[in-house]
Amino acid sequence: MNALGPGCFHCGEPILPGPRLVVTLDGESRAVCCSGCRAAAELIREAGLGDYYRFRTASAPRPQAQSDDPWSTYDRPEVQLPLLGDEDGRRVANLLIEGLRCSACSWLIGERLGRLPGIVRANVNPATARAQVAFDPRRIGLAAVLRSIAALGYRPHVLGAADTLEVATRERRLALKRLAVAGFGMMQVMMIATALYVGAIDGIDPIIREYLRIISLVVATPVLLYAGRPFFAGALAALRARHIGMDVPVAIGIGLAFVASTWNTFTHQGDVYFDSVTMFIFLLLLGRFVEMLARHSAGSTAEALLYLVPATALRIVAGRRERVAVASLAAGDLIWVPVGECFAADGVVYGGATAADEALLTGESMPVAKPAGARVIGGALNTGAPVEIRLTAVGQSTVLAGILRLLERAQTERPRIARLADRAAAWFVTRVLLGAVLVAAIWLVVDPSRAFEATLAVLVVTCPCALSLATPTAITAATACLARRGLLVTRPDALEALARADTVLFDKTGTLTLGQPQLQRVTSHGLDSDEALAIAAALERGSEHPLSRAFDRIAAAAAESPSIHAGQGIAGRVGGQSYRIGTAAFVAALAGPRPATVAEPGIHLGGEGRWLASFELGDALRPHAAETVRELQQLGLRPSIASGDHAVAVAATAAQVGIVDWHARLLPQAKLALVESLRAQGAQVLAVGDGINDAPTLRAASVSLALGTGSALAQASADLIALRGDLATLPDAVRIARRTTAIIRQNLVWSATYNLIALPVAALGLVPPWLAAVGMSTSSLLVVLNALRLAGRPPQGSAARPVPVLAPRAAVS
Amino acid sequence: MNILFVLIPLGLVLVVFALWAFFWAVGDGQFDDLESPGWSVVAEDRPPPPPADPP
Repeated sequence: MNALGPGCFHCGEPILPGPRLVVTLDGESRAVCCSGCRAAAELIREAGLGDYYRFRTASAPRPQAQSDDPWSTYDRPEVQLPLLGDEDGRRVANLLIEGLRCSACSWLIGERLGRLPGIVRANVNPATARAQVAFDPRRIGLAAVLRSIAALGYRPHVLGAADTLEVATRERRLALKRLAVAGFGMMQVMMIATALYVGAIDGIDPIIREYLRIISLVVATPVLLYAGRPFFAGALAALRARHIGMDVPVAIGIGLAFVASTWNTFTHQGDVYFDSVTMFIFLLLLGRFVEMLARHSAGSTAEALLYLVPATALRIVAGRRERVAVASLAAGDLIWVPVGECFAADGVVYGGATAADEALLTGESMPVAKPAGARVIGGALNTGAPVEIRLTAVGQSTVLAGILRLLERAQTERPRIARLADRAAAWFVTRVLLGAVLVAAIWLVVDPSRAFEATLAVLVVTCPCALSLATPTAITAATACLARRGLLVTRPDALEALARADTVLFDKTGTLTLGQPQLQRVTSHGLDSDEALAIAAALERGSEHPLSRAFDRIAAAAAESPSIHAGQGIAGRVGGQSYRIGTAAFVAALAGPRPATVAEPGIHLGGEGRWLASFELGDALRPHAAETVRELQQLGLRPSIASGDHAVAVAATAAQVGIVDWHARLLPQAKLALVESLRAQGAQVLAVGDGINDAPTLRAASVSLALGTGSALAQASADLIALRGDLATLPDAVRIARRTTAIIRQNLVWSATYNLIALPVAALGLVPPWLAAVGMSTSSLLVVLNALRLAGRPPQGSAARPVPVLAPRAAVS
Repeated sequence: MNILFVLIPLGLVLVVFALWAFFWAVGDGQFDDLESPGWSVVAEDRPPPPPADPP
């Protein structure tokens, strides 16, 4: 497909043959792929915002053709009221902006909004894809704000006045403050500790020594009480729930070391470990902070799912249509659904016939015909014709809500690995505590004066620092390394599971393929193919059918008097002549019997009494798909496909990428069952997907990867997110994950060996506590440095491949 | 070494000041978006737009 020409100037997608569309910018004419992109580019130029193209780092989204103006309802007070905040007479709207990809996008939207009259403030944050717009309701309406964002090609969603983003921001700010307190405190205490260590060797004035210790105590106290608070809170919560979590050993470790140090400070004896306490808190907080960032960026995309179902619907009461909130609909109501709008709830087609795009729910790549009486699913897109729907289920009883519940179930069934790690830590900590008690008891019998020192040495030397640092630092380093490759890890134990995976289950539509119909081949039957394409595009111009999107990028004036025959095709007049485009049977009605040279499948174009051309539409393979499958096979993983699509399409894709094992026509439940049966046979399943129907599958698998371009929910429930939608990062991720587990194993072996040697020596009273602290710190440092090797060097075999560039014009010249 | 009794508390005061400044910056939202403000430097300032209605 790429051979068709260079990418569109605005959206970067390939330009199809046909009449050329250009936009002139800075005196140069640039080719664009469709009239929507041309309109957006011209709008940006007219507004004097051409800088956008110089600074963006990702292509713009392609503007969607809108059949009517869906935004006008947002000016109605009853729709607006619950959505907007109030600020001294100004309205504040929180928006989620779909398609916001880079800083240039946010600059573009911010500038565009800032130039509208009545806009007081417009903050657009590219990291969270949120915008906060304050406006003067007397001068501009919410609908105008939304319309101007949509005109640029982005899709705004109005969030409620109270947004979960605020919670995330507050959490992030608090974590930053804690990190700062721990970091500053650690530096101060370390500095003073150096003096104390040197003093212990070279001799030190006792007054200075006591003074330095008190200063350490003063600095360490806020670190423990403020920065260390999450550990104590977590330990308390774990104990209340009657199990020993990872926070318990940490809390005991830092708590005991702090109390003992404080005691020693005031009794002028023994040693202090404030340096260990502050360093431990800081390093652990750092690991958690990185994890939190990953979690937040995953969570904010999840929220978009809630906007799959529209906020309002057109209810038909006594023959009149009125806009009402979806929440006020009841089963049995009659609603009117225009083309291009989503069904608000489940129902049956009552008046008319249409087609629905249910790809989000079933993975089916082609729209499904919906004659009168057929069931439609809430959240699916009406693509055929406007219809009346008699609702059968609303709210919690809809299919979409059911899938969400399925997802929740799979979610609650998962954290086995997490529990295992916790149990191991709990086991270790209880042994250490028992050991310390034992050592104390024995020393009290042998020599009571040395009992405290020896016990403390045991506690400090075996402080599970290295042990508890071993895993988080390696995972943090690997997470950062993967993030640079565009792979986001949303769950810490995902890497461990990824390293163990032996089976890969791919979804087909949107995962191995791009998920959009593309023009694959044009077969001409006597008419020039460019001419045939132009006629086809003219006929398809008025249609919202997903297949017609394949013709979107070919410029053509709309056909005269087009009539859409749902499930069959479109008839219309172009240049005074009648044409038909659609299924073979539909075209035959105008063009006469199908000649033997024309194959039946595909889409055909016919004029009066003659067949003109056939178009082969298909779902193109995602770049690197075959290569990725081959590499995964080399890494010892067994690939297979599980798709909701029909067998012919799945078999064709499987053959193209070289996968032998495939399953077609699977409903979400069947996919879930497939994963569960594979896991029951002992396989470690890596699920790769993008659709909502995949979400339960992704959850149930040992580890899952969602492609960033896919729907929001899949990303939310996946352990790994490929932000660039690039499959080629997957083999890299497997290699890095395997290296990570190898390093974790090295670290654990090292810290276990260290503890095994140090513990008996300390128990015998041969290690003064300061040496124990040095030994423990060195051991921890070694573990951290070993883990950081992960962040530095890329694994073998992957360095050579260049990272694909999304935007053709990414560079700032 | 008596100078330590002055210098270390002075250092601590500086640390407290640095922390206060950092807390203020966090509370002001300066760490909420680390990307786009950097770009505002390279974007050119433009004269106010002509009074035109949005399309």
